[in-house]
Amino acid sequence: MFARLVYESFRHQARRKLLAGIAITLGVAVATAMIAVATDIGDKINRELRSYGANLIVTPQEDTLDVEVGGVNLKPPSDGAFLNEADLPKIRGTFWHNNIVGFSPMLPVTVRVGSDGAKDVTLVGTYFNKPLHFGKQDFTTGARITHPWWRVEGSCGDGALPRSGRVEDSPAACGWPNDDSQDILVGERLATKLAKKPGDTLDVAGRQLTIFGILVTGAAEDDQIVAPLALAQQMLGKPGAVRRVYVSALTKPQDAFATQDPNTMTPEVRDRWYCSPYVQSIAYQLQEVIPHSHAEQIRQVAQNEGTVLSRIKGLMLLVTLAALFASALAVSAAMATAIFERRVEVGLMKALGAGSLTVSAIFFAEALLLALVGGIAGFSAGALLAGQIGRSIFNSQITIEPVLFPVILAIAVFVTFAGSATAIRRAVKFDPVFALRGEG
Amino acid sequence: MSDIPGTLHAPKQVADRRAQAPHTSMFTRMLLRAAVLRRRRAAAALLAMIVAAAVATAMMNLYVDVQAKLRTEFRNYGANVVVVGKDGQSLPAGALAKVEAAAGPGAKTLAVPFSYAVARTKDGQSVVVVGTDFARARQLNRWWKVSHWPDEPNQALIGMRAANVVSPNRQPFELTFQGKPIELTPAGMLQTGAGEDSRIYLDQSEFQNWTGISPSTIEVAVNGTAAEVESLTRQLAQLLPAADVRPVRQIMEGEANVLNKTRATLYASATLVVLTSALCVLATLMGWVFDRRRDFAIMKALGASERLVNGFFAAEAAAMGAVGAILGFFIGIGVAVWIGRANFHAPVVPRFSIFPYVFAGSVAVALISAILPITMLRRVQPAIILRGE
Repeated sequence: MFARLVYESFRHQARRKLLAGIAITLGVAVATAMIAVATDIGDKINRELRSYGANLIVTPQEDTLDVEVGGVNLKPPSDGAFLNEADLPKIRGTFWHNNIVGFSPMLPVTVRVGSDGAKDVTLVGTYFNKPLHFGKQDFTTGARITHPWWRVEGSCGDGALPRSGRVEDSPAACGWPNDDSQDILVGERLATKLAKKPGDTLDVAGRQLTIFGILVTGAAEDDQIVAPLALAQQMLGKPGAVRRVYVSALTKPQDAFATQDPNTMTPEVRDRWYCSPYVQSIAYQLQEVIPHSHAEQIRQVAQNEGTVLSRIKGLMLLVTLAALFASALAVSAAMATAIFERRVEVGLMKALGAGSLTVSAIFFAEALLLALVGGIAGFSAGALLAGQIGRSIFNSQITIEPVLFPVILAIAVFVTFAGSATAIRRAVKFDPVFALRGEG
Repeated sequence: MSDIPGTLHAPKQVADRRAQAPHTSMFTRMLLRAAVLRRRRAAAALLAMIVAAAVATAMMNLYVDVQAKLRTEFRNYGANVVVVGKDGQSLPAGALAKVEAAAGPGAKTLAVPFSYAVARTKDGQSVVVVGTDFARARQLNRWWKVSHWPDEPNQALIGMRAANVVSPNRQPFELTFQGKPIELTPAGMLQTGAGEDSRIYLDQSEFQNWTGISPSTIEVAVNGTAAEVESLTRQLAQLLPAADVRPVRQIMEGEANVLNKTRATLYASATLVVLTSALCVLATLMGWVFDRRRDFAIMKALGASERLVNGFFAAEAAAMGAVGAILGFFIGIGVAVWIGRANFHAPVVPRFSIFPYVFAGSVAVALISAILPITMLRRVQPAIILRGE
């Protein structure tokens, strides 16, 4: 009898059930999409923050001072210590290698340019888009990823820069010199001074090199020449030498725990510290894999991303709460309306001898059925919506944790029950005589 | 009840009261009585209206204001425009004043001068010495980790790596520039992880007395939209023809990237929240109007015209929408201010300019939620409704 009552109610009042069902579906869809976006926004914004470039720098342990003013390096080029280029792929072997978005080595060399050899200019050797492999992993890395604001003009036509992102995702480089070539990029202001344009040849320390493009960075590189690392090493006469390495890594905002000294920790605490992607622990791991190195955070980038990230995450959390609140209210309102309309039915049931408990049970069973159907439909719609938001805004998938499904379903059932409870109580308490007479 | 003298419902009293009461039109009276007699249902519907309007207001207010708030956060990344003397020359005297004048009196812009020289230590090592204004540099470069800022004459701020060379035990040290010596005491250590670590920072006036070099670089942090930054850059380039004015691409592009994504996400979320609130109003108000089908039927049975009945229900919904919008707007502003305080530690400026949108939106949603059930009821004979079927 109970099952039949519920079944008949759905069969005969399809329109009313549909309205309540739609409200639940929409509410759950909005809630799902918002929760999915909010849980993933930290990761997404973290990747976007990588457009500020590298947040870690690795230098030789025993280095002499940099003497650089206005983009011109005054330090004797062969002075000081170097890192070994052959050690660099090991960066992909650190514990947090999946968080390392990219790295690029730098080797500044002072060279004389022009056929009259009158001008001292800094030439920086680096990777542009270098294919490397570590163990079984193949990857490409270079300035394209660690310095995403660098723009090369006059090579690709429009000078457009491919999106920064995961090393694995990077398409074949367009607009950048080949890392095995002898082509160079000339800084914007240096090119103006030398009156050179892409395609010209430039006399650099006695070599005739082709200018691949003009580099615009808005920083010291505008007065410099940027060349493939191998070329800079040849000019310096030190094969395999690297002066410093810029590393761009996804990190967790630092807290008090992050800044502790790992050498004073107990082994368990140290393991926990080591296995958290703090910028400090990644620096520590870089020092481990690259011999005789000193890794440090670039505070301008590393310190600020934590604040920006926590602000945006906090904001999304509050917006999500508002969305959950609004959808809970919409579901409750729809349920309350649906039940309020059925007072006559309640009156009839009670006049025929049904107890309050039985009547409530029927309504709650209906609510449960509605919540489950609406919850499943809403979850699927919400997942689609979240995917759409992810694709259109971040150009990447928003991952929906499978654990979210039972949570969302539980929330849907709870909110539907809570929304129905008051209305059911009032409907049950209502005098059947008044209800049947149609008063109230 | 009516035979107890003095109660409100005694016919005589009621007649007296009504005689003195201001003569309101039947229309207004019907509107008011409906709300008073069914106050629980009316209160529920109004509450839904208020909550929806409040949530919508808070979202719209945040969407407008958050971008300005985030931009202020982004200024912690430091300068976004750099003014450099052409070919490494010093900037003309008064350049700093010109930059500040161009930025306007709003104090939204921070300009910090830097001058550079290469000095030698006692054992002949070269080291870069920078003259600057410490108070301003401290405000501009918040990421600098400084153990102690110099506050006395001849004190210097020493980069981590420079310290190992010039003053490993924090003892006073001597530098010479073109034969002129200077005795300095280290005030504190500077750590940034970048070029600053290899330098020594001095107060600008002391630096100038010693080397005679005036600032060659002014780093400017402009707090504004990309267009505002660009217009200031162009203005500065005109004012200072001897200088190169350029935006710092690393900062500008990173900021634009993150800001655009955040704005788009917030926009999508705010739209969803506003739509859900509208749905909430729709569900409640439809229930409220549908519930009054008996009134509807009686009015029609008594001979009310279609127009009058529709007008009545529309006016009722519109009134509810308007009251809900006004109350909800102020609550929403409060919520937005609270969110600003909780998340950004700065008050969100109330945007009263969004009030017309909230008001119009609320009234429109209320009207739609009234019209939908009425069109459904219109097809039903009043007699059927009155019979309770």
